[in-house]
Amino acid sequence: MENIGALAVLLAFCVAIYSVIGSITGKLRRNPFLIVSAERAVYGVWFLITLSAAVLVSALLTGDFRFVYVAEVSNRAMPTIYKFTAWWGGQGGSLLLWSWLLSTYAAVVVFTNRRKHRDFMPYVVAVLSTVQTFFLILNTFVVSPFEMLAVDKAITAVPDGNGLNPLLQYPAMAIHPPMLYLGYVGFAVPFAFAVGSLITRQPGDDWIHTTRRWTMVTWLFQSCGIVLGAAWAYHVLGWGGYWNWDAVENASLLPWLGGTAFLHSVMMQEKKGMMKVWNMVLVSATFFLCIFGTFLTRSGVVSSVHAFARSQIGTYFVTFLAIGIAGTIYLILDRLSYLKSEAQLESVISRESSFMFNNLVLLASCFAVLWGTLFPVISEAVSKEKISLDAAWFNQLMIPIGLFLLVLTGVGPLFAWRRTSAESLRRNFTVPGISSLVLVGALAAAGVRNFYALISFGFCLFVAITIVMEFFRGARQIAAKNQMNLAHAVVELTHRNTRRYGGYLVHMGIVFMFIGFTGAAFNKSRVDEMKPGDSVTLGSYRLTLKDTHEGENDNYMWQKAAIEVSKNGEFLKVMEPESRLYKISSGRQPTHEVAVRTRLNEDLYLNFAGVNGDRAVIQSYVFPLVTWIWIGALTLIFGTLVALVPSKVKREYARTQVVGFTRKHVPVEK
Amino acid sequence: MKKYGKFAALVVVIVGTLIWLATAGIKDNQTYYKTIAELGQMGDQAYSKRLRVGGDVGAGSIVRKGNVIEFVMVQEKLNLRVAYDGADPLPDTFRDGAQALADGKMGRDGVFHASKIQAKCASKYEAKPGGKPAAAPTYPSKASL
Repeated sequence: MENIGALAVLLAFCVAIYSVIGSITGKLRRNPFLIVSAERAVYGVWFLITLSAAVLVSALLTGDFRFVYVAEVSNRAMPTIYKFTAWWGGQGGSLLLWSWLLSTYAAVVVFTNRRKHRDFMPYVVAVLSTVQTFFLILNTFVVSPFEMLAVDKAITAVPDGNGLNPLLQYPAMAIHPPMLYLGYVGFAVPFAFAVGSLITRQPGDDWIHTTRRWTMVTWLFQSCGIVLGAAWAYHVLGWGGYWNWDAVENASLLPWLGGTAFLHSVMMQEKKGMMKVWNMVLVSATFFLCIFGTFLTRSGVVSSVHAFARSQIGTYFVTFLAIGIAGTIYLILDRLSYLKSEAQLESVISRESSFMFNNLVLLASCFAVLWGTLFPVISEAVSKEKISLDAAWFNQLMIPIGLFLLVLTGVGPLFAWRRTSAESLRRNFTVPGISSLVLVGALAAAGVRNFYALISFGFCLFVAITIVMEFFRGARQIAAKNQMNLAHAVVELTHRNTRRYGGYLVHMGIVFMFIGFTGAAFNKSRVDEMKPGDSVTLGSYRLTLKDTHEGENDNYMWQKAAIEVSKNGEFLKVMEPESRLYKISSGRQPTHEVAVRTRLNEDLYLNFAGVNGDRAVIQSYVFPLVTWIWIGALTLIFGTLVALVPSKVKREYARTQVVGFTRKHVPVEK
Repeated sequence: MKKYGKFAALVVVIVGTLIWLATAGIKDNQTYYKTIAELGQMGDQAYSKRLRVGGDVGAGSIVRKGNVIEFVMVQEKLNLRVAYDGADPLPDTFRDGAQALADGKMGRDGVFHASKIQAKCASKYEAKPGGKPAAAPTYPSKASL
């Protein structure tokens, strides 16, 4: 079995190389058969990697502890579902997952484009297969998951494995890595199309139209992955935070920021033929940030709370990144003349300029996060001192950036293309502007003194009203025209232009998330050692420890504290935070199952931190508004899905939106 | 070309603000990575800078005294006494033998006062570079088989 798995990966490596060489040679020699055979090779790679993944997964499920990998990440007592997710619980397996996802994407691309884009598809295949080859090198020669435990030359098994890190035995964490990888890997596709279009000197925007949905789906996966990671940290790590500017968290945020910038700037190219070079740069940067993110998580180059050891794979990644980035820069510079802009910026207060600033700020934040994350490495190289920047530095920089982006979310869509009249500014901004000023005044009067919190709530209301107004105006017209009720009209309106209104829904999700982030300014917490019968007060809650009890199952031993919670003298419920000791995972690691009482206005969050003598150590927190982060994430997902639905009225959309699209704009000097 | 002037001015203002924010905070929020051996050689500087020290948690050394948790960190046979009084709960991975990173300041009393503890569970389920498989206690030792 293990030989089949290892051989399949090795063969996949050879076939992927064939696919690169075959498609380029076929294109240059104009040999269509060679090109087709290179495309078929992509299916072959997919089949071979699927086979090897199947071998690995079956070894995990059956508990074949002759595999080093299985012994490291799995054990007999684990629930079956976590035996499966142990596939990506360690280095070798998760890189195999990367490869498998990439080969799946590549196969889908080849299949859906088998009759389209014949001129640049060979290059798309070549780029995808090159990336595939790189990861197969890692799978085959560097961190193969098919290594066997052996004594001298005899393969041997251990009675039981180490078990998956108990912290990872949690539903959100089980699907977090594949989600994030789906997002990381997916950006290889728009990148491959961009490169293909560059190499063949395509005049049009074919690559953007073809990959628009890809980019959105990929971005959606990335967003889900990031939020799942945050939710996992919140519910599992026991400190109640969801984001700590940890190197590995940053690694997931970087490509997301790049991707978000790209999603916005492609609209400029589609509608106005502007920012062509910029889009090439952005899609390449995003793709390389994805690779870089994988590198950060996998190589342990920046010390981090995440569990991945330093390893030699760093060198491979750095080499691949260096070659890839150099090649892309050369290609873009060489083809600059094909990427001329078809229009010019005309006014500071215009849709174009709001896109430009959105991109500027997203990129600046991306750079800031990158700089902060790599600061230990940079400072060590420059001054021989390894210096890290902590979460406070990131917050100091990212909170203002985030707020600026938030306000752009509100004003950008209301600016007209080319330039905006004072009349339209007044019409669009009077109501939201005054409402948010009133809100800020009221909050300040009620005793809220946190500067950023006031600004943030003001902006949130501002953006929310502008979005609701957009829906309302459009829907009212449709309702009047077709005699339907307003709710129906909203659906109709959205269906007519899913991209625009789906986008607004995504913006609404962002607003909700900001409400949740802002709540963190008002967190309360305390730590107490309590005997049964003791009571403490936190905010309006009164917490009384009733008793502690314990038990065990195959996988872990547990201890629970029963805490009676009352609010303003009124009994609410008994909450039971739990402390677990996993038996087998080397060294009996404890984990904490926190108890959370979730409400829209605040979460009560109790952690049973441990026992000191006869007293239980209870950490209690109140997190205001934190639920809005998860609501916002769901709204964002919903909005993205809406935007993926094809618009009902294509022609009408084109006429209203793209006035003057084909005409070159004559620059107007003021 | 007046409009490009406006754009340029806005871009300069935005980028300038960001650079100012980034550099203004850098002094207060930076932490120096030091080994326990380097810490001993720093002299008076050790008491003024925020430091991050790494090492293994000494077996059986974790003691809870009220809200302060004390333990001994071991690195290349050098010991460092650490007292943690931060507000956040210690990570689940923090236990005897774990690799820990302590952020804080060196006290004149010879105790390192940590405000933040990170613990790495790395050695637990990943092979260390060079040595494979991971030298975890559940494996049979190669000699005994």
